[in-house]
Amino acid sequence: MSSEGVDLKKRRFLTASTAVVGAVGVGFAAVPFIASWLPSERAKALGAPEAADISKLEPGALLRLKWRGKVTWVVRRTEQNIADLKTLDSKLADPNSDVETQQPDYAKNAARSIKPEFAVLVGICTHLGCSPTYRPEVAPADLGSEWKGGFFCACHGSRFDLAGRVYSGVPAPTNLVVPPHQYLSDDVILIGVDGGAA
Amino acid sequence: MSFMNWIDERFPATKVWNEHLAQYYAPKNFNFWYFFGSLAMLVLVLQIVTGVWLAMMYKPSAEDAFASVEYIMRDVDYGWLLRYLHSTGASAFFLVVYLHMFRALIYGSHRRPRELLWIIGVIIYVAMMATAFMGYLLPWGQMSYWGAQVIVNLFAAVPFGIGEPLSIWIRGDYVISDATLNRFFALHFLLPFILAALVFIHIVALHKVGSNNPDGIEIKKNKDENGIPKDGIPFHPYYTVKDVVGIGVFLIFFSAIVFFAPDFFGLFLEPPNFEPANPLKTPEHIAPVWYFTPYYAMLRAIPPMLNSQFPGVVVMFGAIIVFFFLPWLDRSPVKSIRYKGLIFKIAVAIFVVTFVMLAWLGMQASTPAKTLLAQIFTALYFAFFLLMPWYSRMDKTKPVPQRVTK
Amino acid sequence: MKKLIAVITLALMPLTGMASGGGGVQLQKANIDLSNEAAIQRGAKLFVNYCMGCHSAKYVRYKLFTKVGLTEDDIKNNLIFTDDKVGDLMKIAMPEVDAGDWFGAAAPDLTLTARIRHGGADWIYSYLKGFYTDPSRPMGVNNTVFPNVGMPHVLWEMQGVQNPVYKYEVHHDGHTVAEFDTEAAADAYVKEQGEGFRLERVVDRLEMAQQGSLTLAEYDQVSRDLATFLAYISEPMKLERQSMGVWVILFLVVFTVLAYLMKKEWWKDIH
Repeated sequence: MSSEGVDLKKRRFLTASTAVVGAVGVGFAAVPFIASWLPSERAKALGAPEAADISKLEPGALLRLKWRGKVTWVVRRTEQNIADLKTLDSKLADPNSDVETQQPDYAKNAARSIKPEFAVLVGICTHLGCSPTYRPEVAPADLGSEWKGGFFCACHGSRFDLAGRVYSGVPAPTNLVVPPHQYLSDDVILIGVDGGAA
Repeated sequence: MSFMNWIDERFPATKVWNEHLAQYYAPKNFNFWYFFGSLAMLVLVLQIVTGVWLAMMYKPSAEDAFASVEYIMRDVDYGWLLRYLHSTGASAFFLVVYLHMFRALIYGSHRRPRELLWIIGVIIYVAMMATAFMGYLLPWGQMSYWGAQVIVNLFAAVPFGIGEPLSIWIRGDYVISDATLNRFFALHFLLPFILAALVFIHIVALHKVGSNNPDGIEIKKNKDENGIPKDGIPFHPYYTVKDVVGIGVFLIFFSAIVFFAPDFFGLFLEPPNFEPANPLKTPEHIAPVWYFTPYYAMLRAIPPMLNSQFPGVVVMFGAIIVFFFLPWLDRSPVKSIRYKGLIFKIAVAIFVVTFVMLAWLGMQASTPAKTLLAQIFTALYFAFFLLMPWYSRMDKTKPVPQRVTK
Repeated sequence: MKKLIAVITLALMPLTGMASGGGGVQLQKANIDLSNEAAIQRGAKLFVNYCMGCHSAKYVRYKLFTKVGLTEDDIKNNLIFTDDKVGDLMKIAMPEVDAGDWFGAAAPDLTLTARIRHGGADWIYSYLKGFYTDPSRPMGVNNTVFPNVGMPHVLWEMQGVQNPVYKYEVHHDGHTVAEFDTEAAADAYVKEQGEGFRLERVVDRLEMAQQGSLTLAEYDQVSRDLATFLAYISEPMKLERQSMGVWVILFLVVFTVLAYLMKKEWWKDIH
């Protein structure tokens, strides 16, 4: 082959532009593969909000349900429970819920909830993921005389109060997560959607 | 030290690039028929990538398979596109490979010294057929199930008491079942990687002897003072650049089907397969996908003998096995159809018509008239190969040029 | 080479005859329009009200209909009668096994009917219009498109009652050799001809014996809406894939033209 009369500029231009258009094409072609990894409609449906009927929840009782595959609790705290919360502040690692990731804005208050009567918490210990046990009783033998009710995680001994706040000196680093939720009415809490009181 | 130097001290990168691309000399007269090798490689890559992605969402159990395909189609973002790419790709793969094999046939690319290259190619073809057959079971539709049932039952036709245990062993059960589906899925996932290794070997064999060309002459016989074939050009950049155009054109046709006619009029995605497999309900009309129908037509054309379907099975497999012998059946002194006589040209034309007619017949319901036609075409098919040693020698040939023509 | 191509092209002619495939039933054209969101919405409402008692659409999520102009609330209030959520699949309470016992055959899931039946939307449209009285059947009805169907005529109150007008065909050697209006005439002909001649009663046309609550045109619309709906759910992404296809092919044409110009430029080297 000869290299006479070879228009190098034209050759380089055509090669470069074909390569660029080709690269753009490859980029477009990658989209379906990457997008297919996003949560499917099935995942979104399974992750849909769950409604909790609290009309029959007695004071001191705990309602357990599943939201996005995770154990979620609604606890109807007694007046005594609510009053006891501030007395525990000195024992807690994050009494004022300063760690932003653990609750929505509307749960950044003394009771970590929209209505003080109802605690809505994800029942997964923030240490390594076990599900703590509900221990509402006051001063049981194994938890000591200062225990005013809360959650005890048997796996490594972490303790949380009835607002899901973590005690100091336990393996768990942060408060229990408060999921996004809203009151559809006085009887129904919708877990998974942000909002306020109905 | 430059980056490439660092690499080359540890890995023969530049050496391989030169020997097999930048300084691999291919004949300069490649025509339209020479696109299909690189296109086959493109489709293989496409099938592997889309296939692996589908395997991330597909469930290989009798209970979940069908629903998981609908899950992919409806619930997964762009899942429908991955599915249609894979289903269209399967048919595209066979079309491209059939055209690639046809090129070899007419230009004599199976002749000495390329016999082994051809044989490796036929092995690739057989591996493709196994892959496609197992892949078709996976959607677990009516045609998936019953097609597999019919074909695996063929193994039961093997005589001397081997057939029945053999077919049970293949299925892992007394009928096509969950056991069969699960193992076919594993094998369908595995085979394409073996196929890729075979393609690598195929190219190694090709590069050892060099490419053939439409004139069927050996360009290595005419080298210049530097040892470079006078009719050769470096594969890169000339054929890399040309193949990119081929890929562009191919993708246009391919996309037209994927986006506008993925069912392809019931040939690529067959209506009965949109119904979940029902072991209690046989479809009115069982047929394999189009790329298998020529062999299916031959199978049905042979009547049972001594109460056995085995002769039909032998003929069907024989039709594929006969490909392996092609290098030794063609006794013509010239390689390419361009320099062969009328006899070979007519034989090839008849073979093409035969293959297409058998493919069409394999899709139809059996009637006495169609069965007779299938028998005639089956005979013609085998005649093309088995009589070749004689007619290829009888044929008048034209003088072959020393240098390649356009 | 040119001769070869000519021969091959001629050989492929028979394939054109292949397209006519299945069945002998004449279907009416439904002329559906998948971009007609109102039709799909009406079809959805008809489907959940009249069909979902027995037929599931278990590969479809209710949420799909947000793509045809409905809100999740619209769907919840008008299309879901159970405590199913909008993201749930359109399953039904009746187990398929029981349906088989009660009706002789399980009412099939209808998600993919439009892709299974030859003629798709046309088949469904013709089927819904094709019910007629037949005392010999357990449900008292038969269907021109689906002979001896096990399904009752669920929409009879809307369409009305159609009676068949039969004709009597005489078959010989796989062909129809004569047609008669009465069984007696056909019978006489068969006896005259002797061996190898068979009588077959065939529906010639249907007559409206008792008009239902809808006019002919209104019921046509109902059938068309259901056909549109079923065609839509059989492949919800159809319109999206077609519009994507236009862009893809346009892009590929641009790319291929550029690649071709590049190829021509490089090949100037070769003589």
